Amino acid sequence: MDTALEIRGLDVRYGAVQATRGVDLTAPLGGVTALLGANGAGKSSTVMAIAGARRIAGGTVSIFGRDMTGAAPDAIVRAGVAISPEGRRVFSALSVEENLTLAGSVLGDPARAADRKARMIERFPILGERRRQLAGLLSGGEQQMLAVARALMSGPRLLLMDEPSLGLAPQMVDRIFAIIEDLRDEGISILLVEQNAALALDVADHAVILANGAVVAAGKPADLRNDSLLQAAYLAA
Amino acid sequence: MDLILQQTINAISLGGVYAMLALGLAIVFSIVGLINFAHGDIMTFGGYGIFLSLAFGFPPVAALTIGIGAAVVMALALERTAFRAMRGADVVILLITSFAVSEILKVLFQNGISARPVPISLPASWSGTYQIGGATIGVVPTVSILVAFGSLAGLTWVLRRTATGMAMRAAAQDLEMLRLLGVRANRVVAVAFALSGLLAGIAAVIWTAQRGSVDPMMGFFPVLKAFIATVLGGLGSLGGAVLAGFVIGALEVMTQAFLPDSLSPYRDAIVLGLVIAALLWRPDGLLPAANANRS
Ligand SMILES: Nc1ncnc2c1ncn2[C@@H]1O[C@H](COP(=O)(O)OP(=O)(O)OP(=O)(O)O)[C@@H](O)[C@H]1O
Ligand SMILES: [Mg+2]
Repeated sequence: MDTALEIRGLDVRYGAVQATRGVDLTAPLGGVTALLGANGAGKSSTVMAIAGARRIAGGTVSIFGRDMTGAAPDAIVRAGVAISPEGRRVFSALSVEENLTLAGSVLGDPARAADRKARMIERFPILGERRRQLAGLLSGGEQQMLAVARALMSGPRLLLMDEPSLGLAPQMVDRIFAIIEDLRDEGISILLVEQNAALALDVADHAVILANGAVVAAGKPADLRNDSLLQAAYLAA
Repeated sequence: MDLILQQTINAISLGGVYAMLALGLAIVFSIVGLINFAHGDIMTFGGYGIFLSLAFGFPPVAALTIGIGAAVVMALALERTAFRAMRGADVVILLITSFAVSEILKVLFQNGISARPVPISLPASWSGTYQIGGATIGVVPTVSILVAFGSLAGLTWVLRRTATGMAMRAAAQDLEMLRLLGVRANRVVAVAFALSGLLAGIAAVIWTAQRGSVDPMMGFFPVLKAFIATVLGGLGSLGGAVLAGFVIGALEVMTQAFLPDSLSPYRDAIVLGLVIAALLWRPDGLLPAANANRS
């Protein structure tokens, strides 16, 4: 088994809207895979389908070699997948610490959850300083760190990140990308959705480009960087 | 002076029932977006639970406990059979589903038990009174107040301090995100229904202890007031529901006690007029939900 994620022919529909059409995507084990494309290309639909939060109308999703097509989100989390979703979606009415505790509760082992929470606070000291504050009062960048820390609480081997840099100041974007590289170096496989294609291609080992719900190009970042298809995919929409 | 004390006790005890019912409605609404019109029937079912257990010879305290348990079981059963399949549907569709459930239950009560009130006779010693500074205060209203406050405090503790409560607060804000973390949503939703059933069951105990009978419409009228309380408090706001429950209880008792007889037919109209005025002043309710944009 050398892939973290293998998607074949994925169709996601919202009523009459076909969000993805036969998407094929392979994320190698231990690498960063960039999923790129313009607004509405179907990136989030793909990611949410992998996480079990969208009905899969066609195709298959296998995770670490196991078929997980149509599995519920809790089964997918147990298979080693976690998500930092589009828009961060931290629980703003809960404290920073409660956000982490809640995510750790799925471990079913309070001691391990507490230990992991301590490690998150070590890794993101700002979350330690703000632990008693409501998550809704954090800045955008801090919320993004909380979203990543919350995802890491379950100890994932595959992390889905949907537009983690959106709306952040340039230094904060750099921090987020540094975190992505750290996680990759720790052996976590990452599927990274990004609007900022140049930055994403810098960290990615492999990239897939979507346009109007379908894959239009896939390959090594070096080959794609100047690809006319990449430009076209961003101009389309 | 003693009249004021008596009426204050009455107002708080009635408000406590409304507050518990409104809180139950708000908990469920905040998590699944369901305005549960069948909530009154869950309360009524609790009342019949008390009636039937007394009829089968259970001692009063056991009968009251069974009544509360019956309401919890009914709330869970409705979630499982009627509402779970509709999860995520539009608010209006959910509301209509709950109308249907409510009608079915009322017909079952009418045909299965009786369309007329059936008596609940609790020990005569429970209906005693005591004196405070010349005022005669009933034991039942006093105990009702203690029970209502105890329940509300207990529920606040559950929501604030337990892992399940934390999950419920998170679910109220973003149920899908909670599922994405790997938390089993069905369990959290079931707990929300169980707690709302528990509160309806306790309300049924207080209501029947004060009125001494159960009929198919028993839960309807107090829950109607509780609906108004959830709107007045701010839809989806738990604190708002409790506060507004007490406000409506107080308004009702005050209008009953202090309005001249010639105006008494307009009591409900006056109370509702005041509620509408309050909503014109604060359209999002007295204590709006923090996340009113999501439901
Ligand atoms: N919940 C939904 N209901 C209906 N249509 C939806 C829904 N979510 C997405 N869509 C539609 O599906 C298509 C793909 O959307 P998706 O969010 O997957 O794109 P995306 O690539 O993530 O875009 P963005 O860069 O804006 O986040 C779009 O046409 C979008 O309008
Ligand atoms: Mg998106």
